[in-house]
Amino acid sequence: MNEDLRRERDSASFNPELLTHILDGGAERTQRRKEIEALVLNDPDFQHEDLNFLSRSQRYEEAIRKSALMVVKLRKYGIADPDEIYWFKRTCLGSFVEPLGLHFSMFTNTLQNQCTVGQQDKWLPLTYGLQIIGTYAQTEMGHGTHLRGLETTATYDPATQEFILNSPTVTSIKWWPGGLGKTSNHAIVLAQLYTQGQCKGLHAFIVPIRQLGTHEPLPGITVGDIGPKFGYDEMDNGYLKMDNFRIPRENMLMKYAKIEPDGTYVKPVSDKLTYGTMVFIRSIIVGDSARSLSKACTIAIRYSSVRHQSELKPGDPEPQILDYQTQQYKLFPLLATAYAFHFVGAYMKMTYYRITGDINEGDLSELPELHALTAGLKAFTSWIANAGIEECRMACGGHGYSRCSGLPDIYVTFTPCCTYEGENTVMMLQTARFLIKSYTQVCSGQLVSGMVSYLNDLSGQHIQPQQVAARPTAVHINDPASLVEAYKLRASRFVEVAAKNLQAELNRRKSREDAWNRTSVDLVRASEAHCHYVVVKLFTTQLSEINDAAVHAVMNNLCLLYALYGISKHTGDFLQAGILTDAQVTQVYQRVKELLAAIRPNAVALVDAFDFHDNCLASVLGRYDGNIYENMFEWAKKSPLNKTEVHEAFHKHLKPKQAKL
Amino acid sequence: MPLSLLMAAKEKGFQQSQMAQWNRSGYFRSSGSRDVNPDLETERQTASFSVERLTAILDGGADNTRTRRAVEAVIHSEPGFSRENQYFQSQNERYEAAVRRSVYLKEKMHQMGWTEDGPEIKYCYRALGGDLAFNVHRVFKNSILALGTDEQIAKWIPLADKYHIIGTYAQTELGHGTFLRGLETTAIFDISTQEFTLNTPKISAMKWWPGDLGRSATHAVVFAQLYIKGKCYGLHAFILQIRSLRDHSPAPGVIVGDIGPKMNFEHIDNGYLMLQNINIPRENMLSRFSQVLPDGTYVKRGSDKINYLTMIMTRIHILWIEVIPTLLKACTIATRYSVVRRQSKLNPGDPEAKILDYQTQQQKLLPLLATAYAFHFMNAYVNEFYNKGYTEIRQENFDSLPELHALTAGIKAIITEYCTAGAEVCLRACGGHGYSALSGLPFLYTKLAASCTYEGENTVLFLQTARFLVKCLAAVHSGQPIPPSATYLSSVDSGKCQARTSVDFLKPDIYAEAYRHRATRLLGNAATKLQGLVQSGAEQHEAWNQCTVQLVQAAKAHCHYIVVKNFIDTVEKLRNEAEIQKIVKHLCDLFALHGIFSNTGDFLYAGYISGDQIDMVTASYLDLLAVIRNDAVPLVDAFDFTDESLNSALGSYDGHVYQRLYEWAQKSPTNKQVSQAYARYLKPLFQSALSKL
Repeated sequence: MNEDLRRERDSASFNPELLTHILDGGAERTQRRKEIEALVLNDPDFQHEDLNFLSRSQRYEEAIRKSALMVVKLRKYGIADPDEIYWFKRTCLGSFVEPLGLHFSMFTNTLQNQCTVGQQDKWLPLTYGLQIIGTYAQTEMGHGTHLRGLETTATYDPATQEFILNSPTVTSIKWWPGGLGKTSNHAIVLAQLYTQGQCKGLHAFIVPIRQLGTHEPLPGITVGDIGPKFGYDEMDNGYLKMDNFRIPRENMLMKYAKIEPDGTYVKPVSDKLTYGTMVFIRSIIVGDSARSLSKACTIAIRYSSVRHQSELKPGDPEPQILDYQTQQYKLFPLLATAYAFHFVGAYMKMTYYRITGDINEGDLSELPELHALTAGLKAFTSWIANAGIEECRMACGGHGYSRCSGLPDIYVTFTPCCTYEGENTVMMLQTARFLIKSYTQVCSGQLVSGMVSYLNDLSGQHIQPQQVAARPTAVHINDPASLVEAYKLRASRFVEVAAKNLQAELNRRKSREDAWNRTSVDLVRASEAHCHYVVVKLFTTQLSEINDAAVHAVMNNLCLLYALYGISKHTGDFLQAGILTDAQVTQVYQRVKELLAAIRPNAVALVDAFDFHDNCLASVLGRYDGNIYENMFEWAKKSPLNKTEVHEAFHKHLKPKQAKL
Repeated sequence: MPLSLLMAAKEKGFQQSQMAQWNRSGYFRSSGSRDVNPDLETERQTASFSVERLTAILDGGADNTRTRRAVEAVIHSEPGFSRENQYFQSQNERYEAAVRRSVYLKEKMHQMGWTEDGPEIKYCYRALGGDLAFNVHRVFKNSILALGTDEQIAKWIPLADKYHIIGTYAQTELGHGTFLRGLETTAIFDISTQEFTLNTPKISAMKWWPGDLGRSATHAVVFAQLYIKGKCYGLHAFILQIRSLRDHSPAPGVIVGDIGPKMNFEHIDNGYLMLQNINIPRENMLSRFSQVLPDGTYVKRGSDKINYLTMIMTRIHILWIEVIPTLLKACTIATRYSVVRRQSKLNPGDPEAKILDYQTQQQKLLPLLATAYAFHFMNAYVNEFYNKGYTEIRQENFDSLPELHALTAGIKAIITEYCTAGAEVCLRACGGHGYSALSGLPFLYTKLAASCTYEGENTVLFLQTARFLVKCLAAVHSGQPIPPSATYLSSVDSGKCQARTSVDFLKPDIYAEAYRHRATRLLGNAATKLQGLVQSGAEQHEAWNQCTVQLVQAAKAHCHYIVVKNFIDTVEKLRNEAEIQKIVKHLCDLFALHGIFSNTGDFLYAGYISGDQIDMVTASYLDLLAVIRNDAVPLVDAFDFTDESLNSALGSYDGHVYQRLYEWAQKSPTNKQVSQAYARYLKPLFQSALSKL
């Protein structure tokens, strides 16, 4: 092991394993996770060349091989628990994705949730057996966010008892679904249903798209890959165009809405249940934000301990770059953020399971709030992780830019989650809608509950300008609980400002929508402040659950750093609202720098506690043993440009022309 | 520029015939239509100013615009220069294509009579989006010109000009980039053979990253620690041959190759180089400023400070050739797409709204557009400093060098930082389609991302500026003269912002003063802290390290002020262009107010701006978004990028976004090449379903 890293690890003030157990949710779970990971790591079948050296087509093929292999192995080992499957798969995939991803998630889930019993009997066994592979085709070239605007049509023909599917315009071509381009032979297609001359809105249909046996597209189906992207190279995101393509009536998913053979449309009962799925998916994305940022921090912090550069004191040996205050200031707040997001993700998942219990008992009362609030958290965490991963990469200087650092892959794989499953700005505005609604309730004298209950503190009767500011404050900058209060005040002020500005726009006799649009910058700000408060609160709550004193001490510092750094980046909000004084702001800046120095000796142990195996990090800079330079050289020698000693470009272009120039 | 005038005149006849071909439909001619998407067309009809006039101003005169378009017409009429397949290509293919294009461009330039130092070359680069090889070949030549004796120049430059040799500039090592003194490659002089022996003593000393090194270069200027009779004389530059001119194989003792795939720049063969006892003659040390005599005597002559000029020039060059145009392109793509893309409804019953009509979208894109203009206009400011410094330095007067160095360091850092962040915002503002390589945005972003590191890591550069500013502040306190870019540090501070209404915040004096106040205060705080630590017994270097976070903030505030101030001055100079002055003034206001809106704490601190005034700033800022919205498309049209140069399905001039995406995607190799994935892995799974469906 590299000497620097060994020294860092020896001098840690706590046992990282204990922290790993907290992150995993218990020592037993850590142990089980490691067992599952070992199944992959010790299996030669899963070894492969670095995907960065392969073309897209080769990467796709490798990904398919792995997907098929994972199915076989999971069955062989009898792994069926969702968490265990997740551990297994993410160890296989590292920073990459699998073309069959949507088959296992959206395709299967939709069949499970929206099929009648008869439909389930037909489709589910084939789906589980991978005898058919499906995808979920919702997004079109012209529409993503605004689902009602989707243009694909499914017109019912009572004469043949079939639906005729059409992509009437270029913009209506299905675009982006993963696994659609080359892999799937079926798709769940969302289309506007027309029957008896009337449009009945969006419905889901199961559509065969490729011939079983030859895998050729069926007549009337145009399907293909949408081309290269920022990342997701191994994924065949696809397009799908349908021309008078007929499917039997039974291929409409009819658990809720139905079409009778004569074309009569039977309306669905309420379908609030889909909220649950969305909350679950968002909790996964928040977990992903934490995980991706943790990986990036692991790489950057280990590398910063191994890399030496320049001099701090003339004549001394070059210091580790992690000893520079500017480097600590880049990385440690992100490290704190990674931990914070981890706890938010765990909280959301737990809440989802709790509420799923309630749903089964018929209590849906908490769902709308949860749905609205998790939208914002999805956006908040993914935006920050997105920027944070790039900061980590840039903190690694030139070598961070090389694919061997692993950071470009982490980033390009992560960044689309700012867009998918709900574009972030749109998500923030959904949360804002709930915040404004709650505020209005409070103003009309009703109390609100849950994470927005702080709005109750705003007097419903006479809300004056600067009212929050007028409230006496006593923020103790070394007390996390007091900082939670400060964030709470900031959030309530921004909600109040947004609500008032919205009202002012409405008073100018604008339409509701117009007024909403003209207030949307304020509204997004309110949502962000709310989410920030929730994150600080959840991190603080987590502290009380840590029993080990040494771990508690280091986590307390991280929690303080998270809260104070956030204040230092938004001092204007706290000053303008009178939550903090100038003198306190100066103290905050100073305290942040003290915390950087306090965290410095534990930085490597804190990333070790994330417990990423080297294979999973897939980074030469982030290797556990820190032997970076020799392994960079080994990696580079495998580059495709090095396959021959003299590149053919020389013979083809350079040599024949050199004489003439 | 007299030369460009000359060229323009020469090209005139040619232009007229070629201009007809200069159109923006690019390689999508198969789609047939040359008409413009009506949603874009309406945006252009309501422009408040002449786009053509603004283009001329941005180009530095209508003559330059003509020359540029003539060059673009030539380049784009040649299928050999097409970049249509760029996003589909592997690292190998991109490298080969760049080499092919570069050789071809060389021929074309010869044929057109364009010279290496003529105005056309930068337009060629712009037309081709920089997708060329041998960019470091130029640095190789420049370093010989700067560091070589006349004999050395006479020997090497003609060979390099004709591409008979291809050179690279090998400075950075695996273990060292920022800290040049730490480089570990050695060159030991042997008096008996009159040769230097170059060695890579350990793995971290391997040269790593130099462009053109991995596969192309035959020669390299290598930086190594010079040893004579056991004594180290520091870093010096040596020319050595690394590949055979006959068969291109590596020279004996040379281990050379490509460093592998990167985030971008895959067309460039960034390389590694390991040297094992390579002997080169004494004449191969570049000896303008220092020389080793045959008996091993080391002679230093003149000042090599002039070398800083080369570095400064390179920094300036990349900003206006590579960095700023990339942000301009990203803005063009995102803005055009945002008026073509319709999503959701603003009012029930209306058609779906253009996404640029959403305030949140405006807030993402329009401040960036203002930033793009702000940075573009910095060119004149920086050049003025550079030219003045250059003249003085040529006369062996190095007084202005520290300022020139500090200024360009900070400006490089702030511009690359903002441009990189900006391109990423553009990418995400285009939703899912921004993530497609065919949007062009991933390519632009990943190119910019490298700029925060190359030619000086940004944090290091900000600290260099800060060091200069701390000295300036000391000069203020001791009554010594202060360099021009920092004179503001000595002006009297009013202590409170004078604005009374939100309209007051549209007065340049008001916001310039606010930025000045902020820069002065942050620097003052950092310097006080630094002094306090030293006085309380901390060692200088430790005190410095403990203040670096604050010092970086101070340097950024300084650069921000300079950019705002220059934008204000630029608006002033447009007084003869009423319509253009009006819109550029709006951009200037937006740039300044966005900066305050995004950093309220810096201005609220100690009550310089009150809470009520911040609300006024916010109101003015949001109003400006709505005003600039109306000219957003004309403002990006004025950048006048050809479709080929943008290379984006979302950003083309005619706005036929969806058609292009669809047609272009079908050309993807994944849709052409037969993949074994189905036959090998999927088919066995599917077989058994046949009987059940």
